[in-house]
Order: sequence, then C-alpha cells, then structure tokens
Amino acid sequence: MSGREQQQPSVRRASNMHAVRLLFVTAAMFGFGFALVPMYNMLCDALGINGKIELKAADAAPVDVDPNRTVTVEFVTTVNGGRNWEFHPDQPSIEVHPGKLYTVTFFARNTEDHDLVAQAVPNIAPWEAAKHLKKTECFCFNQQPFKAGEAKDMPVVFMLDPELPPDVDRVTLSYTFFDVSDIAMKPN
Amino acid sequence: MAHAHDAHAHHDDHHHGPDKGIMRWIKTTNHKDLGTLYLFFAFTMFFIGGLMSLVIRAELFHPGLQFVQPEFFNQMTTMHALVMIFGGVMPGFVGLANWMVPMMIGCSDLALPRVNNWGFWILPFAFAMLIGTLFMDGGAPAGGWTMYPPLVLQTGNAFPFLIFAVHLMGISSITGAINVVVTILNMRAPGMTLLKMPLFVWTWLITAYLLIAVMPVLAGAVTMLLTDKYFGTSFFTAAGGGDPVMFQHIFWFFGHPEVYIMILPAFGIVSTIIPTFARKSLFGYDSMVYASASIAFLSFIVWAHHMFTVGMPLAGELFFMFATMLIAVPTGVKVFNWVATMWKGSMTFETPMLFSIAFVFLFTIGGFSGLMLAMTPVDFQYHDTYFVVAHFHYVLVPGAVFSIIAAVYYWIPKWTGRMYNEFWGKVHFWLSAVFINLTFFPQHFAGLAGMQRRVPDYAVQFTDFNVISTIGAFGFFVAQFIFIFNMLSSCFGWFGRKQGLPDRVWEGAHGLEWTVASPAPYHTFEDPPQFSDSEGTAIHDEAVAKA
Repeated sequence: MSGREQQQPSVRRASNMHAVRLLFVTAAMFGFGFALVPMYNMLCDALGINGKIELKAADAAPVDVDPNRTVTVEFVTTVNGGRNWEFHPDQPSIEVHPGKLYTVTFFARNTEDHDLVAQAVPNIAPWEAAKHLKKTECFCFNQQPFKAGEAKDMPVVFMLDPELPPDVDRVTLSYTFFDVSDIAMKPN
Repeated sequence: MAHAHDAHAHHDDHHHGPDKGIMRWIKTTNHKDLGTLYLFFAFTMFFIGGLMSLVIRAELFHPGLQFVQPEFFNQMTTMHALVMIFGGVMPGFVGLANWMVPMMIGCSDLALPRVNNWGFWILPFAFAMLIGTLFMDGGAPAGGWTMYPPLVLQTGNAFPFLIFAVHLMGISSITGAINVVVTILNMRAPGMTLLKMPLFVWTWLITAYLLIAVMPVLAGAVTMLLTDKYFGTSFFTAAGGGDPVMFQHIFWFFGHPEVYIMILPAFGIVSTIIPTFARKSLFGYDSMVYASASIAFLSFIVWAHHMFTVGMPLAGELFFMFATMLIAVPTGVKVFNWVATMWKGSMTFETPMLFSIAFVFLFTIGGFSGLMLAMTPVDFQYHDTYFVVAHFHYVLVPGAVFSIIAAVYYWIPKWTGRMYNEFWGKVHFWLSAVFINLTFFPQHFAGLAGMQRRVPDYAVQFTDFNVISTIGAFGFFVAQFIFIFNMLSSCFGWFGRKQGLPDRVWEGAHGLEWTVASPAPYHTFEDPPQFSDSEGTAIHDEAVAKA
C-alpha cells in the first residue's frame, strides 16, 4: 500500500493516459503482426520472389517460339510427412524452347487402404523463373481425390515465356503432395 | 507535494514497513519487493536453464549417445533457450529496473504499482506451464526456441501449453515495459531533464519501447501457429496456400529487436559501473544515448540476416548484410566510450568493475563474430553451426548475464546494507571468466570446422573441442554457487555480516540512489528530491554539462 496514493493527482492522470496510449500501441502492434501476412504475400507477388506460382491456369496466348534457346526443365516430387504414396514424374527432365507449350505427366498412386484427398503445391527454382513458367493445365489447380489404391496419370501443360532471364538455363519445378483429407474443401 | 500529502494524510500508511509473512510478497506493490521477487525468479530460472545446459554438455562430452535420447536432447536445447531468455535474462533486467529506476529518477514507486504486481505474478504460472510440459506425453517442445513451422506443429500435447506460456510471458513483459516508460516520462525528480538521466534509465526506456513494439508481434505469430494447428487456418501450411518461410520473417521481426532487448540494459549497467570505479564521469554521454537509440532503430531492419539460407534475392541479401554491419558503428561508439572512460581514470578493481571490464572485452568478441555472421556469403557456411552458438552465447553470457551479475554486486550493498565478501567475489569472477571462455571459445572452432548445432551426436574430430567445452560448462555452473552464497549472505546477514554502510557505498558512485540510506528504506523519495547540479554533472560528461 504505497506509491499510488502519494502521487500528485496531475501526475497520476498523466501516467494513466500515457499507459492507455501505450496499450493502444500494443494492440496496434498485435494487429501489425497479422498485417504482415498480406503484406508479405503482396510483396512476393509483386516482385515474384518466392518461387511461388498461382494455382490457376495462365493465359496461353501463343507467342514466338525461340528455337535457338534450349532450357532444361527438371521435375522433383515429394510427399509431405513421410507418407509412402507413389508420386513421381514420368520423365525426370525435358529440354524446352521458350514460347512453346509442352505436356508432361506425373504418376501418383494412393498406397494406403483408405480414400484420401491430396493437394500438390508447386515451387520453382531459381525464383527468378517463377513468373515465367506459365501453366495452362495442372493437377495442382485442384484437390485430387484418390480412392484406396487408386493410381492416376496427371498432366501438366506449361510453357516458359521468352522473357525468362537469359542466364537461366535450368529450371526446377517441384511438387509436394499434401494430405488434405481433413480440411478438404470443394475444388475452387 | 505538500498539498498531496495533506490530501492523503488520513491514509497514514506510507511510513509503516512491509506486511509480514508470505502475503507480503503476494500482495506487494512495492517496487523494491517486486524487484527482489523478479531477481529471485530470474536466478531460479538461470539455475533450471543451467541444469538443462549441463544435460546438453554432458551428452556432447563424447561423440555417440551416452545419457539421453535425441528426442530429449532436442527438448533440452529448446527449453534451455526459452527458460534462459524469457525466464532468466528478461526478468533479471526487469528486476533491476524495478529496484533502480524509481531510485535513480527520484520517485517513490513505479507509476502503476498494481500492474507491476500482476506483471510479476504471471511469470511463475507461465513457467510452471512451460516446464510442466517436460512431464507430459510426448515431452516438452523440441522444435527449437524459434518455433519454426512445420516442425513445431508436430509438437504433441505440449504445443498449446508452449503457445499459452509465450502469451503470458509477453503480457508480463509488456506490462513491465509500459510501466517503465510511463514512470520515466512522467515521474522524474524536478531538475532531471532527459539528458541528465542515468544511462541505465535511458537504455531501459529504449528497451521498454522495443518490448512494446515487438512482443505483440511474437504474440501474433504464435497465435497464427495455434490456429494453424487447431483451427484449420493456413498461415504457414503450404497445403492450404500458406508459407512456412513467412513465419521466419514474422518471428525475426520480433527476434532481432529481442536481441537488443537483452543487451541494451546491460549497456546501461556497464555505463553506470565503469565511471564509478574509474572515478571519472562517463565519456561521451550524449553519444551513448544516441548510439542506443540508433541500435534500437537499426534492430528493426536487419531481421532477415537470421535466414539468409532460405533463399532471397541478391538485393535483399545485400541490404540485410549492410544494414547489419551498420550496427557495428553505434556499438563501436559505445565500446570506445567505455574504454575512454577508463582511460587515465583512477581505476580500482572491485568485483562489479571486474565483471564490467570483462563485459566490454568479451561482448566485443561476440560482436565481432556477429559481424562475421553478417556477411551473407560466409553465413552460408556458418549457418546452424556451433559458430552461431558461440557467437550468441558470447553476447548473452559474458554479455547480458555478466552485466546482471555486475549489477547485483554493485547495488546489493544499497539493497541490503551489507557489503558482499570481496575475496569470494573476486574468486567468483576469475572462475567465471576462465570457465566461460573455456566453454564457448572452442565452439567457434568446432563450428567453423562444420559441427552442427542442435544435434546430440557429432563426428569424432570434434571431440577435443567438446570435451573442453563441457568441462568449462560444469566449472562455470559450480562457480555460480559462490555468487549465490555471497549474495544470500548479504541478504540475510549470514557469517556475521553487519549493516552499517555509508549512503554512498562506493565513493566514486553518483546518482540519486546513493543519496538514500543503506539499506534503502522501504519507501524512498516520497517527496521528490531536488536533483542537484553537482550530481547531474557527475552523471553527464563534464564538458557538455558545463555548457
């Protein structure tokens, strides 16, 4: 029982106001933490720096094929969480000319004894290539339902646009399969 | 003041002493009682966290697994960090602020004494919950104190307890910080302008602002983890369109200022102790204040140097590298000022001074290894090796922890009225200084040679370094009991220690806290003191004060 009673009323009022103001700052900074999420996504989108690509079909407007330039596109697959589903590209890599559409297929089989829904999440390295790899069709655009033991061949149609930076001669497209049965929503 | 006194004269409760028994400590709103509680709590946590580090060091004494399973080893590294950072260093500094800030600026208590009580009493619950997870199914959190998803989302039953404990620690820190800011800006003694405040008050003011700015961001980040795990959100879950790397950005936006939260008060302590025992006023007072403020500002724009290896554009790497290196400038100003304060001073080497000089020297080593880590290209080699472990332990143990120890030695005669034992203080210092270097210096070499952190086993060629490191760790731990007994003896008057020290315990010490009796009465400065020009001149560096 000390301190407070002895403060001058004016000091006490000023202190309380100050404390309330700082509480508002605290609340604002808590909000700022969440605001960082859209800021981060916008920044990554705007600068194309995350190797992330949009999960929707790109514009497939035909462009001039550059037959003199060859780029190797490699495919990498992972199943999240150490599940032993089969999931692999039918071809480890292909040589492409920028501006031309190519179709590749991926094979996946649900080796578990129950149905599940999987979602593939793509990523591209180097990150500079992310916005230049255009996909018109991809199994990653939708959640993929699998019956127990079901196997599928899944196509990806893509093209590298000729604007790809000239020093990039090798692009890696990676897919990670996640089990989203728990949170499976209808395809959008 | 006289008016306020009259108006509240009927209370007549401001001259009696503390209540008796346990309820005194539970209900207390007295800044000195709470400072004491914070310090006892901090040293309890240092002990628990220290035991965890001994489990780690014992396991690493030899390659291969000897004492614990890898899962438990990971729990130990995670919990050691959480306990030491949030339970040891931060409450330690809050305890010192509780004791010293009101006495240094000449007010009777913190501005919000009851909030102060809540702020402290949240902590035992937070840490009971956190440490309790060790006894749960699946054990304590083991994904590292940085709580990176997706790994941390695999934590078992301990997960919600971890999150809630972090929330509580955050609330405690924020209430403490708001209290410190409000007190310093509203309740200084007449005559104490901002640029006449003792440096410890200045650095704590800046620290408090950092806490208010970043602890809520940490609270937000762990809340997102919680909703990702239990409520189906996908902030960091790639399957739902989230991004685990984003957590690292948000976490280190908190995490880097946090680093300075743990070192700025230490700068204040050392800037108080060195002038006392060099018998000169602090060299470059204003530059010390501006350097502290610059460090605080820069801490907000360097966070990504913790995560160079996640992949970022070259421009980003360059920006974060140079911004990080820029911090060496204000930090260098501080180190040079401390050295210049000692230059041609009439130095004596009492225990607090020894710890402060060791701080200047060893913290600088930690600073230099930080500069090495700031370089993006070499960071790719150093990342997640023992070099990083050596770096941050150099700034945290001989840095932050040595400064807390120095502060306790320096002010305990004022707190208890009994001098500590100088001989055992010196023994404690030399053992600590030798063993702490034995512990952490070899880790630089192990790290540069490629030894990874957070792994219970290692390649045989690292054995010698690890043997030395483990011996050092056990030696350091044991040496701290000398300190504990020395301090408890002063508290409780063991070994026939008598009270009866002059007000100004150290003849070279300046500031309002040395104008009250030793031990400091339960209530001090109920009427604000006049802050005299001579005292102000002694704190501020002379040339400027005269002008």
